[in-house]
Amino acid sequence: MNGALSTAPATAGTSLRSTLVGARIPAWAPYASAAAGAGVALLLRRLLDWTGWYTTFFAAAALFVIVLTGWSFAVEGRRQAKNRLAATLVAASFVAAIVPLVLILTYIGIKGISVFSADFFLHSMNGVTSRMAGGGLYHALIGTLEQVAIAAVIALPIGILTAIYLVEYGRGTFARTVTFFVDVMTGVPSIVAGLFVYTFLLLGFGLRPFGAAGAVALAILMIPVSVRASEEMLKLVPRDLRDAAYALGVPKWRVIVRVVLPTAMSGLITSSLLAIARVAGETAPLILLTGYTASINFDPFSGDQATLPMMVWDQLGKRSGTTSNDLTEARAWGAALTLVLLVLLLNVGARLLARLARPKTR
Amino acid sequence: MAKRIDVEDVNVFYGDFLAVQDASINIAPLSVTAFIGPSGCGKSTFLRVLNRMHEVIPGGRVSGRVLLDGEDLYGPGVDPVNVRRTVGMVFQKPNPFPTMSIYDNVIAGYKIAGTRKNKGQLDDIVERSLKGANLWDEVKQRLGRPGAGLSGGQQQRLCIARAIAVEPSVLLMDEPCSALDPISTLAIEDLITELKTRYTIVIVTHNMQQAARVSDRTAFFNLVGVGQPGRLVEYDDTAKIFSNPGVKATEDYISGRFG
Repeated sequence: MNGALSTAPATAGTSLRSTLVGARIPAWAPYASAAAGAGVALLLRRLLDWTGWYTTFFAAAALFVIVLTGWSFAVEGRRQAKNRLAATLVAASFVAAIVPLVLILTYIGIKGISVFSADFFLHSMNGVTSRMAGGGLYHALIGTLEQVAIAAVIALPIGILTAIYLVEYGRGTFARTVTFFVDVMTGVPSIVAGLFVYTFLLLGFGLRPFGAAGAVALAILMIPVSVRASEEMLKLVPRDLRDAAYALGVPKWRVIVRVVLPTAMSGLITSSLLAIARVAGETAPLILLTGYTASINFDPFSGDQATLPMMVWDQLGKRSGTTSNDLTEARAWGAALTLVLLVLLLNVGARLLARLARPKTR
Repeated sequence: MAKRIDVEDVNVFYGDFLAVQDASINIAPLSVTAFIGPSGCGKSTFLRVLNRMHEVIPGGRVSGRVLLDGEDLYGPGVDPVNVRRTVGMVFQKPNPFPTMSIYDNVIAGYKIAGTRKNKGQLDDIVERSLKGANLWDEVKQRLGRPGAGLSGGQQQRLCIARAIAVEPSVLLMDEPCSALDPISTLAIEDLITELKTRYTIVIVTHNMQQAARVSDRTAFFNLVGVGQPGRLVEYDDTAKIFSNPGVKATEDYISGRFG
């Protein structure tokens, strides 16, 4: 009885199976190919006397791709082989993009953390020469925070209001011109923005460098980013929400303020924080406009004010034309790490705020 | 409070393109009128003319007269915002405001427009409107919850409550049931039969059986040819349109020969 039952399904089953199911290479195939590639590369290194590791690495990578694709082609067929090749190249590109980022962050982290201490954050460089240990970045941190805040206060309202104009009101030539110039402004080099403010503000009024001048240049760099990103967020608000508000007999400006902006709020917060993060580390305008001082200056409107990027520049000896040593380099790394952490904090903060401000459905 | 609508020789344009040509119609107060017709014939466009929503679209333009109890909505000096407070609209896809609670959604017509009312008045308005939309019992325990958290049929009834909260004279409905399941559709149709005792209702629908069930009079719109503007072809009592229409095109559409 068992035999009778097992023969009929077996013949019917196998013919169906062969059209739907193809041969597959085993799940450990990528690892085996990687091992094979590495093994052969090391062998070639020994045989051909390669020095350094770059050639070996690239040989191993190339061999990995060849072995895996060839194996797939032999067992699974052309379509699967092409699929694997594409997947491998995409993954490789991802790794190639991420590796430098991870390396930079790790390097800054390791180099900078050595100088971190409570004192480092609470003291300035006042009285600390390049041959002395100690000192801190308090003066630079204050400067960066104040200048970025002033820049944000100037740039974000202009950016968001421009975006509102372009999305809600703009039709015709003027709106197209505005969009065009905003696009051009996104590409303005930061030194050019700095030069512009230098010429008009410092030279034009005969002023010495001060903190808010740098903030103005940062604002010029921030406005196009804010306009573009805010525009995208406002366009995401569905048309039919505006229609619903109009149909209730609500005037246009109230529709924008009470319906469109609240709905887009989480997106606008994200785009604003990202615009801030973009300019927080710009150095070139600050060289021209804010000067540098080793002591704390809380007033952004008079006198040189230190900033984190300028502290890096100063600690590496560029301001006084000297060379750096271990002490100053450590402090420079500390300032750089602080700047990176500040930008990281802004990005994370942007995401958290966006999630909190998102319209809820429960 | 419910008003009659008299439309005289209206032409509706999108820029230079004529979408609806020479439409005239008289709608009695406290009645339900259905606009039917094939896709693209201009019935939704014509509906939006009645509350001056057509001009919100860039390039939208209307010529002719639309009289609400004798007063021309397109007359000189007439503020479209005031027109839209008198003629309310419910859209095809339910669109409660996502940042607002159910309570706030119902009074949105007052709140967003900045009309001052005290809490007692607002509570009354919310209860009256939600009862009028047959939604009160289902949501009275959770008025503070987001409006977007309701089912499709409930959201559409919320939108109807929002529309009637501002006490319009006319209620326009643009395919209100086409995004809903049959049970919710039935609930909304029953609601329309109740609402017609207080408002003049005009409903655009693709569903001919719905038009036959719900409306007192029916207007059939059609495109007279390819690339031609839409026209109001026939307007009569619903019973007559669906049993013995006067125009051949109407009969063809009703019996499904095209559309």
